[in-house]
Amino acid sequence: MTHVSIQSLTKVYPGAREPALDKLSLEIESGELTAILGPSGCGKTTAMKMIAGLLAPTSGDVTFDGRSVLADKPEHRGVVMVFQNYLLFPYMSVADNIGFGLKMRKAPKPEIERRVADMLELVKLPDLGQRRPSELSGGQQQRVALARALIVQPKVLLLDEPLSNLDAHLRIEMRDLIRSLQQQMGITTIFVTHDQEEAVVLADKVALILDGTMKQFDRPEEFYKRPVDEATARFFGGRNFVQGQLKNGVFESGLGKLAVSEQSTVGNGEGAGTLTFRPENVHLATDHSQPNTLPANLVKQIYLGTQTRLQLSIGSHEIEAICNPNEVEGLINEQEILVTIPADAVWLLPS
Amino acid sequence: MVGKDSLGIRSFRFLTGSLLIIWLVLPLIPLAIWSFAKGWFFPDLLPTHWSMRAWEYAFSDTSGVIDSLWLTIGISLAATVLSILIGVPAGRALGLYNFRGKQLVELMILAPIIVPGIAVVLGIHSVFISFGLNNTVSGVILVHLIPTLPYMILVMSGVFSNYDPAYEAQARTLGASPLKTFWYVTLPSIMPGIIVGGLFAFLVSWSQYVLTLLIGGGRVVTLPLLLFNFATSGRNDITGAIGMIYILPGIIILLFTARHLSGRNGAVGSFGQI
Repeated sequence: MTHVSIQSLTKVYPGAREPALDKLSLEIESGELTAILGPSGCGKTTAMKMIAGLLAPTSGDVTFDGRSVLADKPEHRGVVMVFQNYLLFPYMSVADNIGFGLKMRKAPKPEIERRVADMLELVKLPDLGQRRPSELSGGQQQRVALARALIVQPKVLLLDEPLSNLDAHLRIEMRDLIRSLQQQMGITTIFVTHDQEEAVVLADKVALILDGTMKQFDRPEEFYKRPVDEATARFFGGRNFVQGQLKNGVFESGLGKLAVSEQSTVGNGEGAGTLTFRPENVHLATDHSQPNTLPANLVKQIYLGTQTRLQLSIGSHEIEAICNPNEVEGLINEQEILVTIPADAVWLLPS
Repeated sequence: MVGKDSLGIRSFRFLTGSLLIIWLVLPLIPLAIWSFAKGWFFPDLLPTHWSMRAWEYAFSDTSGVIDSLWLTIGISLAATVLSILIGVPAGRALGLYNFRGKQLVELMILAPIIVPGIAVVLGIHSVFISFGLNNTVSGVILVHLIPTLPYMILVMSGVFSNYDPAYEAQARTLGASPLKTFWYVTLPSIMPGIIVGGLFAFLVSWSQYVLTLLIGGGRVVTLPLLLFNFATSGRNDITGAIGMIYILPGIIILLFTARHLSGRNGAVGSFGQI
């Protein structure tokens, strides 16, 4: 169990004008699974390498349980990194790959064999120890890479895009495996990903990095409910942003007048602001019995199988809604409908 | 694939293969016959008298052939080991990294292949005098590096341009020191390249004549020098015997590397990288 603290971690590559990573600060509790999320090239792999000791930071600090580890060599840091392409040593058997870390720690041979067998059991590959990595499928290779990392019981486990090379059903399987092993062993884990879904399903907390700076560090649901700005909201699939004026709990904009609950305006005074609401929180209505019900013109429907995406025109604004396909059956384009946007489902972006 | 080749292609392959073998083996046959002949004069198709005299002489103490064989093996091995020690890091630098002046360095490495050794050896001779390296085995070993290094470095830079250094980072985070990382991760990956490059280096050193003659000053008598002495003195039988001994390593190495050269692991596949 290791508490990881990252303080103003910055990396400027030689010759580069912009920092690859700018003042990243994170507090990661013992045993927590944290995602560093951002588009490719945002500096997240740079951050991982600095935590692992493979890259020296330009400034800032990394501490484990309060002690700076920057002077520790990677082999003494107690951090194992699992790379995106697994990097199994091709000329070693699966068992030798998994036992590699113990061999480097000069563990006795019988102990290595016993723990490798345990590990193979744990990742559900009990009979594949003597195979070569090239004889395994992608998902199996991923498990071997995970086993090879976990066998040394690292203080901190780093995962680089752990699910992105897997197909859909393997992702779910692997996600559950990573989650259960990580909780079972209580290893503080940090993973990087460009896929917000991957971050949301796997992580206790998510750090979103855009353009080299951290936007928000929060529990996953906060990114949907209370994003810090428009870019953050957009990264998590936010589509609806409306500019207007807040006065006495009512937001006036091109949509008309919308009541806004108190929790939705935390940290904002009255005046000009941007209101956002998730497409899935825009509901179809049959009458004006609910507050915040607005007349809308149905511009376009996009059928997505389990849901239907509606493009609506309200007042001078285009907004998006996501509905259950059953709800919208029979609706035709250009039809006038009613939609409700609940007062507690909107969020005024902090200015 | 094999069965799909047309008859024309197969017979063409057979023809070129046979031509190649004839071209390589035919000159060796008179050499072999000479080594067992006791006089072989025109217009006899084969010698009239046979003898083991040349072979007995070659293996006797007075001929110096065996001493020379060991000396040549020693020099070539030393040149090979030094080539590997220099060629692996140099190949890594060229294959993995970009740096200012890289193209110039590549050109300099190729230069010894382009410029004939004899053109530079006189300059080297005068430099070696000041270091006391002329007429010494060490001097000969050093001068052999001029033609062996380009081959070694070219092979290794090809190997490293297909190499992912992330494996080393992975080993480090799993607890391997830099030395162990090299031993357990880097070395096994580049071993085919080291073997092929090393064999090239060995053969190139093995066949040096001019460099050995000028830097060794006639005191370091390697097998090709000895061979040349006998050839020019008209002792065709002894020349034949020494010639047979001389080509032996080449044949052994050829058989040994056939597997590596066949491209199964592609160590030479990227030979033309630079």
